[in-house]
Amino acid sequence: MSVPASSPSIPMRGWLRKDGRKGIRNVVAVAYLVECAHHVSRMIVQKSSSDDVHLIGFPGCYPNKYALEMMKRLCTHPNVGAVLLVSLGCESFNREELRRHVHASGRPVDLLVIQQAGGTSKTLNAGLEAVKKMRAAIAGQQPVPMALDELVIGTVCGGSDGTSGITANPAVGRCFDWLIENDARCIFEETGELIGCERIMASRAITPELGREIEACVDKAANYYRIMGYGSFAPGNAEGGLTTLEEKSMGAYSKSGSSPISGLIKPGDIPPRGGLYLLDVVPDGEPRFGFPNISDNAEIVELIACGSHLILFTTGRGSVVGSAISPVIKVCANPDTYERMSEDMDVNAGRILQGAGLDDVGREIYELVQKLAAGEPSNSEALGHQEFILTYKQFEPIGPACLPAA
Amino acid sequence: MTETPIPTGKLPPLLLLHPDDNILVARRDIAAGERVEIDGETFAVPHAVELGHKLARRDIAADARVLKYGAPIGSMKTAVARGEHVHMHNLKSDYIPSTTREPGGH
Repeated sequence: MSVPASSPSIPMRGWLRKDGRKGIRNVVAVAYLVECAHHVSRMIVQKSSSDDVHLIGFPGCYPNKYALEMMKRLCTHPNVGAVLLVSLGCESFNREELRRHVHASGRPVDLLVIQQAGGTSKTLNAGLEAVKKMRAAIAGQQPVPMALDELVIGTVCGGSDGTSGITANPAVGRCFDWLIENDARCIFEETGELIGCERIMASRAITPELGREIEACVDKAANYYRIMGYGSFAPGNAEGGLTTLEEKSMGAYSKSGSSPISGLIKPGDIPPRGGLYLLDVVPDGEPRFGFPNISDNAEIVELIACGSHLILFTTGRGSVVGSAISPVIKVCANPDTYERMSEDMDVNAGRILQGAGLDDVGREIYELVQKLAAGEPSNSEALGHQEFILTYKQFEPIGPACLPAA
Repeated sequence: MTETPIPTGKLPPLLLLHPDDNILVARRDIAAGERVEIDGETFAVPHAVELGHKLARRDIAADARVLKYGAPIGSMKTAVARGEHVHMHNLKSDYIPSTTREPGGH
């Protein structure tokens, strides 16, 4: 399968960072380091009145290695140009380590501690001033040309129904195949939503050892969800015609396309080279903090922490979410949903059911990826969607078989 | 955005996703009593089936595996006859049971 010949060359551009990566956006991230600092941070973002100031954060007061690593990855994501950290003051989050990490990345960074600043209004005013200075500091940075082999693209599905696995998901798979032919790094995920696909997936791994790691990580997911008492299956999935978890899995799996699987990564691991990667989002060890991902945005945030510049989100029932930091493209699987919610949908993959070709829709997504990297906003971006969620988790580092040498 | 022209002509209301499958997927809403073609034979669908839902391509016995995309997606709780709706009431996961909520909200 070769890249569509009729595809025009779209001039992508990115902001070059000190680590060599390029960002397709240049946003200021305002990060609260405990829920107690959330309101003040939200006010700073709202009163900054700019689509390029995004709110992220971690709500917990107890320390968590995963949350710290995620925040480090997110605050130094290539789409982020500068960072304002907002702490209450008494929480255990290692704010100095995060501040040092962002500073070392060459980005402007500031830290406000509400208890030291003197409360809500004083922190808000200081935060607005800090954001203004940061925006001025990064406004002069000029983007440079960017190629497909510098892009990281994640895919996720949400609100799946009986059409998802027939239209939107295989169309994204087609797009993934073409991106990977061009040495882009593509990530698919939610091992808990791939239960039932473990053997087929393992057979696509580039080494038998990686195949065994993939099977083991799906087993881990099945065990985890069994203990939690629920699989990743929502009532809306059933209303839309899906009956079982493994049926939903088979549909979700088709987002991965047909390329060989080059590696198995965990949240925060950045794919080392072009190819297809599976992201293991299910925590290691005994279940302890709750469901692996309590909603779609938790998965999106993990894909972004792995370096994803943009997210391809397929939906049958109709999701409206976007994300902080990286733009989200909505690929709608169901033609009836598209008609009802077209404002939120970037691509109508449901037309495949009415006779359109999978390749045509795949090409439309492939071109849209490049248009977004050229500066066009996605619909969720234009509508102001900047959802974000980060919760407690625990992971062990990946083993040596997970990323075989090329 | 480039819109592909949609071919005119009548598209079959049921999709066979893989030759091994024992279910078919509704390409659009199908009314009760509507006549559809299953493997070359015309057949009246006993109950309405919504877009994206499944119906039996042939009689399927209780405990038999259901195949979609050529892959097992669960086992039958009860037997079904050809043309019947295959869903929560008669098909179950071989991994983790599915959950539903109270219908309504419209």
